[in-house]
Amino acid sequence: MEEIALLLASALNSGTVLAIAALGLLINERAGVVNLGAEGMMLCAALAGFATVVATGSTPLGLLAGMLAGAALAALFGWLAIWLNTNQYATGLALSLFGSGFSAFAGTAYVQAKLPEQGQFAIPGLADLPLIGPALFRQHPVVYLAAALTLALAWWLYRSRAGLVLRSVGESPESAHALGYPVRRIRLLAVLAGGALCGLAGAYVSTVYTPLWVEGMIAGKGWIALALTTFATWRPARVLLGAYLFGAVTMLQFHLQGVGVHVPAQFLTMLPYLATIVVLVLISRRPQWIRLNMPASLGQPFHPGS
Amino acid sequence: MFRLEARPQPSVWWRYASPLLALGLTVLVGLTLFVLLGKDPLRGLQVFFWEPLRTPYALGELMVKATPLLLIALGLAVCFRSNIWNIGAEGQFVLGAITAGGVALLAGPDSGRWMVGAVLLAGIGGGMAWAAITAWLRDRYHANEILVSLMLVYVAVQLLAYLVFGPWKDPLGYNFPQTRTFEAAARVPRLFDGMRVHLGLPLALLAVAGVWVYLFRTLAGFAQQVGGLAPAAARYAGFSSRRALWVALLLSGGLAGLAGALEVAGPLGQLTPHVPAGYGFAAIIVAFVGRLHPVGMTLSAVLMSMFYIGGELAQSRLGLPKSITGVFQGLLLFSLLACDTLVAYRIQWRK
Repeated sequence: MEEIALLLASALNSGTVLAIAALGLLINERAGVVNLGAEGMMLCAALAGFATVVATGSTPLGLLAGMLAGAALAALFGWLAIWLNTNQYATGLALSLFGSGFSAFAGTAYVQAKLPEQGQFAIPGLADLPLIGPALFRQHPVVYLAAALTLALAWWLYRSRAGLVLRSVGESPESAHALGYPVRRIRLLAVLAGGALCGLAGAYVSTVYTPLWVEGMIAGKGWIALALTTFATWRPARVLLGAYLFGAVTMLQFHLQGVGVHVPAQFLTMLPYLATIVVLVLISRRPQWIRLNMPASLGQPFHPGS
Repeated sequence: MFRLEARPQPSVWWRYASPLLALGLTVLVGLTLFVLLGKDPLRGLQVFFWEPLRTPYALGELMVKATPLLLIALGLAVCFRSNIWNIGAEGQFVLGAITAGGVALLAGPDSGRWMVGAVLLAGIGGGMAWAAITAWLRDRYHANEILVSLMLVYVAVQLLAYLVFGPWKDPLGYNFPQTRTFEAAARVPRLFDGMRVHLGLPLALLAVAGVWVYLFRTLAGFAQQVGGLAPAAARYAGFSSRRALWVALLLSGGLAGLAGALEVAGPLGQLTPHVPAGYGFAAIIVAFVGRLHPVGMTLSAVLMSMFYIGGELAQSRLGLPKSITGVFQGLLLFSLLACDTLVAYRIQWRK
């Protein structure tokens, strides 16, 4: 039982990283923009966050720095893909390559650095409940933020006027343009929001989740988050659920070893990647289902006045 | 401010000028970076663009690194021209290295020279098999090839790690995670004494010719590209999109696998966890900068190889981290994408 509580706790923690990044990507995909640069933004944000905490000792400042770094890179992507109409896939890929190169380069000085000890978090009263207390109520505030963000985003997308405008830009930029909405500016804002959330997720990894900096430490989480938005058919609640599930798969490797299952570590490390492929296959089997749910202009450039 | 006005036709001139302008921009940003880091920018230029060309040995090293980049990029160009986004060439490279390494380990002290052939074929087979997973899942289940091929990179890297930390570890290797070094019979022959350039270079040039003929002189190659440019037209003409998918992925997987085999049976001589050196990702940039054209990619592969060697020299001579290569690679692709806007659009300046 103890083991299950631990697995639950670590799955929530690990899933939070994926959830925040995927929610961000969901926002920009709902506006019709695919940003394959998630991995690169998360890496740079992880470094920015880590360096900030090393310098200031404040984790919230580190998370903020990560968000800024993510948004800055997203702005570069947005300018190219939205204003210069470059191919979204190629531009996102460029961002991922640049981000991994740049973070490796700029991060060499931080490889051995250590972060100050962090306090424990606990929700008074609830944290002392047996089993679920440690699993659910002793998490970092960002874990609860992810859940709150999911609710807020679901409400915003489906119940607010601004959410409706965002979705209409993703479904039919021409109609939105004809109605007088500034399609490109809305898309850029969506991309910036996506970058900031990917940045938050990246900085969370390096400052809270595994408080250290190693080259390439995001290890594909950005790509898995991209896959998650598809798995979740672009619905916030499903993104959160899927993220926790993937969090559990990721953490399973450590807990399997804990209960005495002996499989070479490398095969356990493969699990999240293999799981991504399996779920992708399951969900893509019926292409019309994906197409029905996908923002109709996803990946298409929009050039007004031509 | 300026605004973009769509050209009636894409500009041919800018199609060729854009990679050069992109390179110029990258160099400019690079020089600024050197100044900001307090390094002599001229030394930087020298290290990246002159040192790799200065001596015959340096030129040889340039070719050693250009070979895998070119081989992989050739396959990727066929994929990208068919609108198939195989970005997992790194994984196909690693698998090729694994299968080639497995065969090379079978060689004994008295194996014949044919062993090299078996090693290279095994590499091609391994790369093809790995790419075939992506092709099959896309063909049968419509699974997105970008994500599948990329996830398979992580899987391939773990598989390699398992082998070199586990069953294939050299029992006499002081517990280092590496296989024993391959027997001479399994090693790719070098072209000249005292240089590391190997058989891979002529093979890559052969592949350049092969891909050129396939793309521009055969009906199959034409059909392949129509599917990428205009899927509806391809369907109308009866060109099979499934065939295009399989051909592109098997071809690029095979070439990436060959590159992996040449790398382990050539300069490396054994399997280590350091086999994946990012060539599979850098080759994406090589393909785009070379305009997906075999001749263009030959030039851009040499350029990218200069970035690699320049990065190593920047580490030893200027005290900068080697990973500066990755920064320049990313910058180059970014600037290329920005400059490519000029192919389809005209800039109109407004006051």
